[in-house]
Amino acid sequence: MDKPVNQGAWLLVLPVLLIVAFSAILPLMTVVNYSVQDTFGNNQFFWNGIGWYQELLDPSTDLGGRFFDALWRNLLFSLLILLIEVPLGIAVALSMPRHGWRVAATLVVLALPLLIPWNVVGTIWQIFAREDIGLLGWAVNRLGIPYNYTADPLSAWVTIVAMDVWHWTSLVALLCYAGLRSIPDAFYQAARIDGASRWAIFRNIQLPKMHRVLLIAVLLRFMDSFMIYTEPFVVTGGGPGNSTTFVSIDLVKLALGQFDLGKAAALSIVYNLIILAVCWVFYTVMTRMDAQRN
Amino acid sequence: MARIDLQSLAHSYTPNPKGDDDYALKPMTHVWEQGGAYALLGPSGCGKTTLLNIISGLLTPSEGRVLFDGRDVTALPTEARNIAQVFQFPVVYDTMTVYENLAFPLRNRGLRGAPLDARVREIAALLDLTADLNRRGRNLTADAKQKISLGRGLVRPDVAAILFDEPLTVIDPHLKWELRSKLKALHRALDLTMIYVTHDQTEALTFADTVVVMHDGRVVQMGRPQELFERPAHVFVGHFIGSPGMNVLPAEVSGRAARVGGHLIPLRRGYPALDGGAKIEIGVRPEFATLAPAGAGGVPVRVRRLDDLGRTRIARVELSGLPMAATVPEDLTLAGDEASLLLDPAMVHVYADGTLVEGEAA
Repeated sequence: MDKPVNQGAWLLVLPVLLIVAFSAILPLMTVVNYSVQDTFGNNQFFWNGIGWYQELLDPSTDLGGRFFDALWRNLLFSLLILLIEVPLGIAVALSMPRHGWRVAATLVVLALPLLIPWNVVGTIWQIFAREDIGLLGWAVNRLGIPYNYTADPLSAWVTIVAMDVWHWTSLVALLCYAGLRSIPDAFYQAARIDGASRWAIFRNIQLPKMHRVLLIAVLLRFMDSFMIYTEPFVVTGGGPGNSTTFVSIDLVKLALGQFDLGKAAALSIVYNLIILAVCWVFYTVMTRMDAQRN
Repeated sequence: MARIDLQSLAHSYTPNPKGDDDYALKPMTHVWEQGGAYALLGPSGCGKTTLLNIISGLLTPSEGRVLFDGRDVTALPTEARNIAQVFQFPVVYDTMTVYENLAFPLRNRGLRGAPLDARVREIAALLDLTADLNRRGRNLTADAKQKISLGRGLVRPDVAAILFDEPLTVIDPHLKWELRSKLKALHRALDLTMIYVTHDQTEALTFADTVVVMHDGRVVQMGRPQELFERPAHVFVGHFIGSPGMNVLPAEVSGRAARVGGHLIPLRRGYPALDGGAKIEIGVRPEFATLAPAGAGGVPVRVRRLDDLGRTRIARVELSGLPMAATVPEDLTLAGDEASLLLDPAMVHVYADGTLVEGEAA
């Protein structure tokens, strides 16, 4: 059957195209422009081709070394975040009440950390974890555990991971809770009659229902932790040394600290491509799994 | 084997019930015989699901005891009772195949290997599910899913009673009949006690040997379908069962006659000792009230409307201004709206405050 073609529909798409062009594509082209040239200010540009990219992707160079170190730190951070936040979020969702006034109370408490601006979260933890005046830092040191995030890389990592878990586990828990709420009571009653154990109920009823929201939660938490900037910037500023310098922090140092605009532009493009690639893989895997299930 | 005894059973969802109104289930004592097919019939909110959940153990009653074969199970959890329940919406474990669904209750009870396999295949054959054993649960139709829910109950050799909570609600009309016949056949083949909750009188009357009619937290009548039809113990039963329901008219009853708006209606039984303070009504089903031409005896009525139900015709008439329904004989032709109504005296019952009064036999 032939569908009628209405060229007028383009008029509806046009505003969006224009907005995206001016707000995203044109600025991105500027970055592309910078990434293939070198500049020393005064609007003087020198063609550099793919030079910056070659340097960036070669770990033996100074720039490439920095980039890969930061990238591995980023990946380690995301991995830790997922390993902690996903199981913890599921556990929190499972222990949330299903009926009564406690539901509303729990939802409000869980949503609170999500409503705090990111740099405020950073500031809270920056003070909370200080070993001289911060409640946490002071208490941990008093317990005899040496802890100082400004001097010790391990302490710094523990601090930013704990901060992220505190900030974002709620999101995973709320998403999982939404999945759990879609399970009718009859399923739990039937499972009791079938004599199912707590684990069997989780494995056969709750996990399958949470499956989709969990994929979304993993995607969101991965992307967010991979692009993390504000909180570690406020707490550690990337230190001690470079131990918590993630790609985004390094990018700002490169662009606004050293004014290496060409290198920074090349780094931006590669960083962006990595994120797009991961998103694409995720999307493909999710749609594949959906297709298989049906 | 399971004979189910309900002893002074009552349930309230409020912690400290004061009056009758606080009880979802008012105190009742009943015996449900082993191997019976029971239907719990009543409108929404009459307490039938509450009663079912108490029997299955999903709910602990606030008062009274539940006995299975004389053993007190009131405090036992569901999984410790030899009972299975099928819910309104089919419960199928999505990620498992049909086979795994059927095997699930047995695996949870520690059965493995060949006995498990044999039992699962036996029940699958019984439910015509053999061809679907390797399919995933999620892709099946609603009736197949409901069969699996039922199968998970049947597969357990310890199950002595199966409870159904409006199991055909989401099934297509043309498959309802098929599934209901299947249930009936299973009941005959397996010697199980079956309790079937529904608000649909056709389902109840075709499925059950004994229909239990509930109203406002009480069992108002427990009996064979024919008894419910011919001798409703309560005006509610008369209204709820039958289509259209029983005609109920306010009347003065003395001796062997009832007086309705100046007309005398003869009764088969005598009622010498009626409580003076009670509201007295007579009830007669439209099936036992036959329309005749004016002057043919009986009581004079005014015909308002004739409804053609296909097989029969029902007349909407007025007796001294009181609306009634009556059967229209096939060959009857009426001139004008005057007619007379012939009532079968044996089928005219007397109710005091809604409850059937046993008259003195002739």
